[in-house]
Amino acid sequence: MDIKVNVRESEGDAYVVDLTGEIDVYTSPKVKDAITELIDQEHYNLVINLEKVRYIDSTGLGVLIGGLKRVREHGGSVNLVCTNPQIKKIFDITGLVKIFGIFDDEQSAMKALV
Amino acid sequence: MNPATRVLTVSSHGTVELKIPGRAEWVAVARLAGAAVASRLRFSVDEIEDIKLAIAEACTNSIQAAGGVDAGTIEIVCDAAEDELRVTVRDSSTGPHLEPTEPGGLVEGRTEALGVFLIRALMDTVDYTTDPRRGTELVMTKRVSS
Repeated sequence: MDIKVNVRESEGDAYVVDLTGEIDVYTSPKVKDAITELIDQEHYNLVINLEKVRYIDSTGLGVLIGGLKRVREHGGSVNLVCTNPQIKKIFDITGLVKIFGIFDDEQSAMKALV
Repeated sequence: MNPATRVLTVSSHGTVELKIPGRAEWVAVARLAGAAVASRLRFSVDEIEDIKLAIAEACTNSIQAAGGVDAGTIEIVCDAAEDELRVTVRDSSTGPHLEPTEPGGLVEGRTEALGVFLIRALMDTVDYTTDPRRGTELVMTKRVSS
C-alpha cells in the first residue's frame, strides 16, 4: 500500500497535486508533506487531484482540511478533483462537500479557483 | 440431481481473528482482511467498502489513543453470520478514544473525531467500552441490506 504524489505547476500561480493510490494513517504524512511544502513556498491556490485515489480515510481528510485552512489564511483555495463514488460518499457523509469545491475534472477545478 | 445442475451452498458463518502490531503500516492488513471476510456475506461492493473503512478507522483510533506511534497489539475479530457481520476491535489502551461532539455533523475544521464519526455513519451499531485493566473494545455490526 502506497501513495504516489506528483506536484506540477499549472496556470497562473496554481499548482496541481496528483495523488495515486491509497491515503490512510500510514501514507497521509507523505501527502501532508507535499501540501505543506507548497504552502511554505507561498503557493496558496491548489488543485488536489484524487481521480486515481482508490481509498481515503479520516487522516487523509484531515490533511486536506489542514491544507485548506492554511491556504485560506492567505486568501487561497483548495479544489478537489474526484470521480470515485465511494470517496465522494465520504465527503458527503462528513459534510466536507460544503467546505471543498469538488469537481469532476481538473479543468473545472482550476477554473473555479479564487 | 444432475451433477451439472447441482448448486454448491457455502455457509458464510464463521469467525476470523487477526492480531496486528498497533502501528500505522499494519492498518491496511486489517482493513483488507475485514473486506475479505465481508465478501463472504451478501454485502454489496459499497457495503464492503464501508466495513473496510470502519475497521481501518477503529485501528487508527487505537493507534491515535496510544499517542500515534505504537498501540501494542490490536486484535480484530470478525464474526460472520448469515446476514450480519460483527467486528470487534480491541486494544490495550485505556486512554480516551475520540468521540464526535456533533452527532448531526462535523464542525468545520474539526478533524480529530472524524474517524469515529465515520464509523458511526457507516455501521449499523457501534459500542465502545473501556476497561481500566483490559483496555478498549469497539464492537460494531453491519447488516446485509438486501
